[in-house]
Amino acid sequence: MISRRKMMTMGAAGVAGIAGVAVADRLARRYGLVPPDSGGLYGPGETLNYASQRLLTRHSLAREFPRSMISKTPFANEVAPFKDDFKAHMAAGFTDWKLTVDGMVAHPISLSLADLKTLPMRSQITEVACEEGWSYIAEWIGTPLHEVLKAAGVLPQARFVVYRSMDTDWWDSVDMADALHSQTLLTYAMNGGDLPVGFGGPLRLRVPRQLGYKSVKFLTHITATDSLKKIGKGLGSASPEGGYAWYAGI
Amino acid sequence: MSPASSSTQRHSVVVRITHWLIFVAFCALLLTGVEIVLSHPRFYWGETGNVNMQPLFSLHVASSRGTVPTGYGVLPDQNGWSRALHFQSAWMLVLAGMVYVLFSLGSGHVRRDLLPALRWSEIRQVLAGYLRGEKPDRSRYNAVQRWAYFSVVFVVFPLIVWTGLAMSPGFTSALPWSVELLGGRQSARTLHFFLSAALLLFVLVHVAMVVHAGFRRKMRGMTLGEEEAA
Repeated sequence: MISRRKMMTMGAAGVAGIAGVAVADRLARRYGLVPPDSGGLYGPGETLNYASQRLLTRHSLAREFPRSMISKTPFANEVAPFKDDFKAHMAAGFTDWKLTVDGMVAHPISLSLADLKTLPMRSQITEVACEEGWSYIAEWIGTPLHEVLKAAGVLPQARFVVYRSMDTDWWDSVDMADALHSQTLLTYAMNGGDLPVGFGGPLRLRVPRQLGYKSVKFLTHITATDSLKKIGKGLGSASPEGGYAWYAGI
Repeated sequence: MSPASSSTQRHSVVVRITHWLIFVAFCALLLTGVEIVLSHPRFYWGETGNVNMQPLFSLHVASSRGTVPTGYGVLPDQNGWSRALHFQSAWMLVLAGMVYVLFSLGSGHVRRDLLPALRWSEIRQVLAGYLRGEKPDRSRYNAVQRWAYFSVVFVVFPLIVWTGLAMSPGFTSALPWSVELLGGRQSARTLHFFLSAALLLFVLVHVAMVVHAGFRRKMRGMTLGEEEAA
């Protein structure tokens, strides 16, 4: 039988546990450690993944590799069939491709690829890791997202950056730690040439500290916001709507 | 330890609770782990690996993705909830495991029951006894049990957590050595697969031994903490 003393100890441990969780929840909300898809059955796991990694990785850099490790046979994941508007851009060599930057910015801007190339350039040799398990390493060349956000005058109250693809089913968002991170790259070139369409050309947002699906292809639109609640189903990106995690650092 | 009387306290309440939490987490991790592997049932060594590269080995199973031509058809994609449940269960396993280890170090359970001494004669003797179908001595953990439990708790579980974290691009940005020491991301994934196979083997043998020793009595011991005399 369970003794009276044991029962009291267990009761005290239970109360302490619940109080601990409540305090942790309060602190997590205050310091922005709760992801937009924190509701539902897997909310506790998603919150622990995001909160623990955000505390650990606010400024850390994704691993970069020597040139000799660039994959000779990278893998271009299949994408939805292109519609006529994309085909027209492709035929014109993407000269009219525009990236719109709006939302919580002082002056919304619209940039062509040529405009982007006038901003500071960065190249990095990082790995694309897909949630399925496969990976490859490539050199990615482009404009850091923070340069574009700076050019548009992002407001201090912005907490997330939402980004959209010409493929309207595909949109995502990152917090400001990733948006302002030096490796988060508006990528227009890969391995020395223009970014191939198969790899997301003409423009792809590379987020190398998260899995491949956060690196949205055919990028057309960036919006700075202080809340994700009214965007889509309010879960932060198209991924949670399809059953996948918003935070994909793991 | 005194020899088993009519009703002896065998497992402490912390051990019993964490044992079953870890059991539930393990089942969920195994199920979802299989599902995650099905999205790319190929394994590689080193940093990178994809369908354009030569695998170390492939599993002869259907894939849940059309991009992996296994020749066994395409299953529906279940990766979303599988990954969410995998990580949530991993948190439960790690937290329950930490409570178990800290408690067991403090209570003397590790020193008294698990810490193995390398005594080949005893190991041979115990294994021979098992093969003859003899009921094991229940008054203490024998050398084979000590080696099995000790290595699962202090070697295999830590390694499977490590190899899991070494696949995370976020975690490895903060601690790059965690994946470099393993020889790369794909090496970590392949090791994670073999470690889970080792754990599955352990669980199967563990359950077989529980059945051998008396399923009802052992289940009573791990839930209520008491075992009736044989």
